[in-house]
Amino acid sequence: MIYLLCFVLFGVGMYGLLVKKNIIKLIMSMMISSYAIHIFLIASGFRRHGRAPVLDLSNNMQKAVMVDPLPQTLVLISIIVGAAGIALLCVVAIRLYQKFGTFDITKMKEEIED
Amino acid sequence: MIELYILLILMIIGSIIALEVRDLLSSVILVGTVGVCLSIGFIMLKAPDLAMTQLIVQILLVLILIRATISKDVRFINSKKEFGIFIIVIIGLAVFINFADEVVNNLPIFGKPIMWVSQTYLKNALNSTDVVNLVSKISLDYRIFDTFGAMIALFTAVIGVLAIGRQRSQEKD
Amino acid sequence: MSVEKRQYYFDQSKGMGIIVKTVTRLTVGIVFLFGINVALKGHLVPGGGVAGGGAIALALLSLILAFGKETALKNINRKRITMIATLGMMMFLFLGLIGLIGGNLFSTHFMDNEGKFGILKANIIPLFNIAICLLVGSGVYTIFITLIMLQVRKGSDK
Repeated sequence: MIYLLCFVLFGVGMYGLLVKKNIIKLIMSMMISSYAIHIFLIASGFRRHGRAPVLDLSNNMQKAVMVDPLPQTLVLISIIVGAAGIALLCVVAIRLYQKFGTFDITKMKEEIED
Repeated sequence: MIELYILLILMIIGSIIALEVRDLLSSVILVGTVGVCLSIGFIMLKAPDLAMTQLIVQILLVLILIRATISKDVRFINSKKEFGIFIIVIIGLAVFINFADEVVNNLPIFGKPIMWVSQTYLKNALNSTDVVNLVSKISLDYRIFDTFGAMIALFTAVIGVLAIGRQRSQEKD
Repeated sequence: MSVEKRQYYFDQSKGMGIIVKTVTRLTVGIVFLFGINVALKGHLVPGGGVAGGGAIALALLSLILAFGKETALKNINRKRITMIATLGMMMFLFLGLIGLIGGNLFSTHFMDNEGKFGILKANIIPLFNIAICLLVGSGVYTIFITLIMLQVRKGSDK
């Protein structure tokens, strides 16, 4: 059920990416989709009554009740790359605004065709 | 895990409102709240590293987005909706969710992961070094090439921002 | 406090008001030290280079937001901060390449594990965290000051 809610969140992001015309809204849709994928990956590695992946040197039996650390690593890398890409997209959006005077992609297309 | 359901439903409602509201500044702030909800969800799913990183990166991204939308004449969107595209996209998403339901039924149950690769990492956790934080250990030891690629991507983004964001028009004036 | 400094504090034209300036002056050092702490303890407690570098960048950004860009960019200009970002990237690369000496693999642990260096008991992983912290902090700061220098004006690039 939690997986299905993650899919619904991804669907919301996809909806924005397909329907919206404002560039800032498109960037936000990409952010929402990446959030959905992040929380889906983390939830797939969750163990019930588990503990965070930080070892305690005095306790030997703890490795059996630990959540999966591998998806957390992959999502950590994904957050960095996503943030860098979104910052780059924002700069591109500002340059487009300076050139066309609008954030709307259909108006940009009309202005190019004129 | 009733809190996680509430949090996810809150995130869905927040993102729908953020995409539908006409004021761009409110929309940016709503995306910020969705990111903070994601950070709380990471804490509930026992991932404290990711919670810290997500919170800090979210604040930075909201600052950058507010900087992009700060001038007052672009704040409100005036555009008419096209209902044909809207209905087609809604039908497509309904089909997508329907297939996702079958995919979810074939996944392992929530709360019981298949830890195949991680077994090796957990077994050799303290063999070579004294690194206690396993996420740091995996990302900087076993999977160093992934982190290296991420850093190259970040550095390339910085160089790209510097190249795109030059003030060429100001030098002409 | 000297007279010029006091005049500067009461000057409303640059940056925000006096309350915000005073509170920022008190908290920016704490946030900066918190970022360094998170980055250096990345192998022991949750945290790491990315979160630490982001916290450092946030401290510098709060300086810009409170005091105005002329004051903040007087000492930390774009050339120096880009140099620090390049330094972080080169540090990451060379830490990996040192492992190649003697026919080993990329990023082989080249220190001994006896704990001679105190903080380096975890071998080269804290060094990687420091490199990531430098790269992320200065890189994010570079992105933000480039955005601040860009003027959002309608049709100025036509």
